[in-house]
Amino acid sequence: MKKMNLVMVGNGMAGVRVVEELIKLAPDLYDITVFGAEPHPNYNRILLSPVLAGEQTIDEIILNSWEWYAENRITLHAGKKVTTVDRVARVVRAEDGTEAPYDRLLLCTGSNPFILPIPGKDLTGVIAYRDIADTHTMIETARTHKHAVVIGGGLLGLEAANGLMRRGMDVTVVHVAAWLMERQLDDVAGGLLRKSLEERGLKFLLGAQTEELLGDSSGRVRAVRFKDGSEVAADLVVMAVGIRPNTALAEAMRLHCNRGIVVNDTMQTVTDARIYSVGECAAHRGIAYGLVAPLFEQAKVAANHLAQFGIGRYSGSVTSTKLKVTGIDLFSAGNFMGGDGTEEIVMSDPFGGVYKKLVIKDDKLVGAVLYGDTVDGSWYFKLLRDGRSVSDIRDRLMFGESNIGDAGHEGHSSAATMPDSAEVCGCNGVNKGAICKAIKDKGLFTLDDVKKHTKASASCGSCTGLVEQILMFTAGGDYSAAPKKKALCACTDASHQEVRDAIRNHKHLTHAEVYESLGWRTPNGCASCRPAVNYYLISTWPKDAKDDPQSRFINERSHANIQKDGTYSVIPRMWGGHTTPDELRRIANAVDKYKIPTVKVTGGQRIDLLGVKKEDLVAVWKDIGMPSGFAYAKSLRTVKTCVGSEWCRFGTQDSTQMGKDLERALWAMYAPHKVKLAVSGCPRNCAESGIKDVGIIGVDSGWEIYVAGNGGIKTEVAQFLVKVKTPAEVLEHAGAFLQLYREEGWYLERTVHYVSRVGLDHVKRRILDDHASRADLWARLQFALDGVADPWVEPEKAQVDIRQFEALPL
Amino acid sequence: MNDIEKPIPREPARRDWKAVCRVDAIPRLGARRVRRDAGPDVALFRAADDHVFALLDRCPHRGGPLSQGIVFGHSVACPLHNWTIELADGCARAPDVGCALTFAVIVEAGEVYLDLAELATRGVETVAAATT
Repeated sequence: MKKMNLVMVGNGMAGVRVVEELIKLAPDLYDITVFGAEPHPNYNRILLSPVLAGEQTIDEIILNSWEWYAENRITLHAGKKVTTVDRVARVVRAEDGTEAPYDRLLLCTGSNPFILPIPGKDLTGVIAYRDIADTHTMIETARTHKHAVVIGGGLLGLEAANGLMRRGMDVTVVHVAAWLMERQLDDVAGGLLRKSLEERGLKFLLGAQTEELLGDSSGRVRAVRFKDGSEVAADLVVMAVGIRPNTALAEAMRLHCNRGIVVNDTMQTVTDARIYSVGECAAHRGIAYGLVAPLFEQAKVAANHLAQFGIGRYSGSVTSTKLKVTGIDLFSAGNFMGGDGTEEIVMSDPFGGVYKKLVIKDDKLVGAVLYGDTVDGSWYFKLLRDGRSVSDIRDRLMFGESNIGDAGHEGHSSAATMPDSAEVCGCNGVNKGAICKAIKDKGLFTLDDVKKHTKASASCGSCTGLVEQILMFTAGGDYSAAPKKKALCACTDASHQEVRDAIRNHKHLTHAEVYESLGWRTPNGCASCRPAVNYYLISTWPKDAKDDPQSRFINERSHANIQKDGTYSVIPRMWGGHTTPDELRRIANAVDKYKIPTVKVTGGQRIDLLGVKKEDLVAVWKDIGMPSGFAYAKSLRTVKTCVGSEWCRFGTQDSTQMGKDLERALWAMYAPHKVKLAVSGCPRNCAESGIKDVGIIGVDSGWEIYVAGNGGIKTEVAQFLVKVKTPAEVLEHAGAFLQLYREEGWYLERTVHYVSRVGLDHVKRRILDDHASRADLWARLQFALDGVADPWVEPEKAQVDIRQFEALPL
Repeated sequence: MNDIEKPIPREPARRDWKAVCRVDAIPRLGARRVRRDAGPDVALFRAADDHVFALLDRCPHRGGPLSQGIVFGHSVACPLHNWTIELADGCARAPDVGCALTFAVIVEAGEVYLDLAELATRGVETVAAATT
């Protein structure tokens, strides 16, 4: 089949991202031709400011080299401006007469700087700040001239002013509004920004209206004159008063334009479905975005559609901003000005140079401005995008993420001030320098990219927030934050919740049905989605859906925990931490017989046999004759207990028996993630119930139940759920909570994250307020667990594939 | 077990093919290990479309047993650190870099064959390298 022709007009970041995504999805679908007006390959426009400031070079900000275009067989016409497009004949023509026919056309013409229509705007030395040529002009002028005036005190203007000042010019910023960056900052933060920039040597004229640019006899600008008659000397005038979507070509093509080329949710122009548009030139639902993150989201959707998958939709973005002026920490997002129906929480320390304002509406964070301390910017931005209720953390919201239990990063005042040698990812040993280098060298924009290239935050994920901050700081404010709706994996655009809903609503019982109904891009998923889908199937339709062992991680397939040398560990179940001489003898005998190198007592009150060969597993299980401890699975692990009233002189309740009863009721319970319980017999809490998924504390008058604690990556104290009188009530409440988590939790989401996502109030409504709901949940759990076989005691009945344990002989 | 050497048409005669198992003995989207005296195990993978692949059972990253990974498409995810290895050429998917050794494998009438000469020599030195 002959390939279709895809022509792209505009060789910028948004457009090239479409091509990159498209090549990944459908490498052989199109012959691709790219026209770019600038004589350069695609470069990172965001990083022009560091280039101007002398912190980076042009070569360092090239994103796609000439070789990249060649390797991907893309015809690149750099430096050729497209002048006409014949929509009937479907041909694109450039200034120099170059022609290219198209089946699909992608318009990524970006934007043009807005030039004030004032006398003198055409004088030499009057420029905009948009591309490499402008940057060169500024660098050259800074060598030979002294006085610069930047018109426009927005993001771009301030970055230009800072760069020129760093190159030795005397810079005055002229701004028509009452404070700087009024689109991103409120008056207080704008004032702080002005103060610190003035301390660095910039001058400001606020509320000043430019009337005319005055030239000298050679036609070069020499001064700026204002409405009030005053003048400022200027050898260089940079206009940074805003950008306008570049729709000249689109209008000439008679495409509908309204403050941008109007596109639908699949990024096709509303006028002609063969033509797509993404980037600063495109108007989606009335908004033309100027930041990179939304443009990349658009690119992804357009590529998806061009690849004929046709399942992605773009539904708009929330954006955040960060100023790329070294040493100034500033962040804003959402509706930071507040207004009717909003409430504000403000922290202001003008002498310390710190200001924070959070805007809340209907119990949700809708906007934030941070100045001086932006360490929590990415966290606030996440809360804002998630639209989660903040009522439960409102009293601590202002003090940041570390105050609500992020033990991982306390002490790191700011990603920006960390030395390059500081370790960010403790799991994979990645330091800040390596992350910054990868972001710069490889042109990374998303957390996923950073994960793939550096492995930072790819394991336990506790440093994700810190990595996002570094990304934000290094790539600039327009880094691509994870979208609000996160796809389960690269095989699909569906989120965890959408997969769960589809399985429940359409009663899907097999992987194939799920992949078909949700339009999976891969025939049989990947190592990320298969285990998740498998869990959703069997937890939603117990007894109906069949477990697929090949979709389980090796530990759950071989019912043992793989170690770094490929051997396994064996942890038998000891109900409530209780064992007998007989069990201990059998364990000791097995250790001798199979030459098991290490025996260790675990934190969950059991015994761990480490270094068992895979071929010995079945025999070891048989010899020790104890049930599986499920210490390898996303399931109930242990119920830790103290000795309780049976022996302890302080004990008020029989915690050991309670623990055994709980463990016997829940032992084969698979869940989104591992689940740990504990029962203490008195408030001294020797079983550490306060950091368990479900923690029970016996008191004289009954039992207190705590949920959603976690002693792992981030220590999280469990929250009080309810106090009950009898062991039967403990079972029902704990079971109902865990079943709710099993039914609503996302795969690999611990109870603490599940409860923080849905809110404790939701849990209380379902378990405490609604008695019928609690009884139903408890009944559904018992139904699911009824008749389940133990994989060690009855491997065949538990459908363990015994073949895996034997190697094939030669 | 009897060492039956079946003549394999269409293949060079110098190959010394050895029947290892039936295709059905490998679970779909799963793997089996072949034990050999000469060196580390060889992993046999079976894709959903019944393609069979053979790789040295060692991830190029930290030597993880690839046979224990999750098989998807024509790839396997290493069970230790989740590198994705392409079954056809044994190489890690970008941005990871490195390749697991591949072994010639053919399937004839539902039987899986490996080359004895290769089994005796290929990937044997990895043991020494890994233990020093």
